[in-house]
Amino acid sequence: MSFIAYLINGISLGSVYAIIALGYTMVYGIAKMLNFAHGDVIMIGCYVVFTMTSGLQFNPLLSVLISVVVCTVLGIVVEKVAYKPLRKASPLAVLITAIGVSYLLQNIALLVFGADTKSFSSIITLPALKLAGGKLSISSVAIVTVVTCVIIMAGLMLFIKKTKAGRAMLAVSEDKDAAQLMGVNVNGTISLTFAIGSGLAAIAGVLLCSAYPTLTPYIGSMPGIKAFTAAVFGGIGSIPGAFIGGILLGIIEVLGRAYISSQLSDAIVFAVLIIVLLVKPTGILGKPIHEKV
Amino acid sequence: MAMLEIKDLKVYYGVIQAIKGISFEVNEGEVIALIGANGAGKTTTLQTITGMLQAKEGSIIFEGQDITKVPGHKIVSMGMAHVPEGRRVFAELSVLENLKLGAYTRKDKDEIADSLQRVYRSFPRLEERKKQAAGTLSGGEQQMLAMGRALMSKPRIILMDEPSMGLSPIFVEEIFNIIKEISASGTTVLLVEQNAKKALSIADRAYVLETGNIVLSGDAKELMNNESIKKAYLGE
Repeated sequence: MSFIAYLINGISLGSVYAIIALGYTMVYGIAKMLNFAHGDVIMIGCYVVFTMTSGLQFNPLLSVLISVVVCTVLGIVVEKVAYKPLRKASPLAVLITAIGVSYLLQNIALLVFGADTKSFSSIITLPALKLAGGKLSISSVAIVTVVTCVIIMAGLMLFIKKTKAGRAMLAVSEDKDAAQLMGVNVNGTISLTFAIGSGLAAIAGVLLCSAYPTLTPYIGSMPGIKAFTAAVFGGIGSIPGAFIGGILLGIIEVLGRAYISSQLSDAIVFAVLIIVLLVKPTGILGKPIHEKV
Repeated sequence: MAMLEIKDLKVYYGVIQAIKGISFEVNEGEVIALIGANGAGKTTTLQTITGMLQAKEGSIIFEGQDITKVPGHKIVSMGMAHVPEGRRVFAELSVLENLKLGAYTRKDKDEIADSLQRVYRSFPRLEERKKQAAGTLSGGEQQMLAMGRALMSKPRIILMDEPSMGLSPIFVEEIFNIIKEISASGTTVLLVEQNAKKALSIADRAYVLETGNIVLSGDAKELMNNESIKKAYLGE
């Protein structure tokens, strides 16, 4: 029974990674950059929800909604201010800027909310689901997390397949200049991508803090790096890849912690990534890089 | 009044001046060829017209409107389509998805469906392969797709950059026949080509570019008989 419980925990943690990984993978697919500040957007999202629920006694659902809006705006602003001026700069300059933005967000949080650890009270207060005569108990947070992840994933894939903005994203991700010739507003599409990724980061943040209820200005960085790993693992640029990569990473981490070593669980995660990249450098669902004729 | 008027255009790549103040015009219904060697500035000129590059000086007037500073993504809905050098089809999307992206700025679904049928009539091969990923098409078929995609915007003028590049002689023949058809259907054509002989054979007028300057212009048939053109570009 404990194996199944671990597995469910892993899938739940993996769902959070998958939602965060979406932000990395979409931005990479469309703007061809790694937004290392993405993890810190999660942290800001958590603080917003914390302030709304604990401080202002707002309704949890309303708080999440506000947090999504704040993070969406934050994503758009960061893109406009920090990344857009570097559209033609070298990828290294963009990468370093992203790291700078990450530190900036952490320090703003430090300044505004202080360095002390806040305890985040889960906004999901439903009772746990008991199965197999009470031997297997699945927390409501885990259920909500997995369901949310599946809904987001399906919604996003529908959005890209069925809407005009989605098709514009596909076009921009393949060829910015050609997309512009079709009349696609490339800058607008990149903004939209950051908006979606950051809004999703807020949701991921709430789910993460509901499962692991401590809040500091640095909580975004480790899940951020893990989700980035998940995105690479699944094949960066691929949305189903982010999903598969995230879930697998979550399972490996939880099982590694349970059966091998709780201290080495992170090391195990990254070791698996290295092995996967050695065997398949483009990740599980990554497309092979082919030369254009 | 000319449909498209380029006045004293100057374009730079950093400090290097690629276009050194060229002026030319395209009248409605014409096929205009822009010929010249590699690096003469042909592609740069087209890219500046459709806003992929910014001009440093000079102006681009399209149907009486100054479009020099209009952002690139707004050009196509004004009635100007650009078939870029190297085709630039969306390799991972299907042929049909590529064509639909060509009509990205248009709203009327019936009219779009009508344009699609027209494109399929001009390029039956594209209809046969509509579900296939564009990257799996042959070079000639990709060129047809790039042209069909541009036609999906229902342009009044179409800019074509090296449509015959890298194609087998049979495809080159076919592509030029299609350009003639496009012109016959009332669309103005501005054609950039290294294959000067072919380009002059279907053009009304032509401009010869050399290292960023227009060195010669005139009636296409006359240019074909010009001794210096024959020597430099027609290999005679």
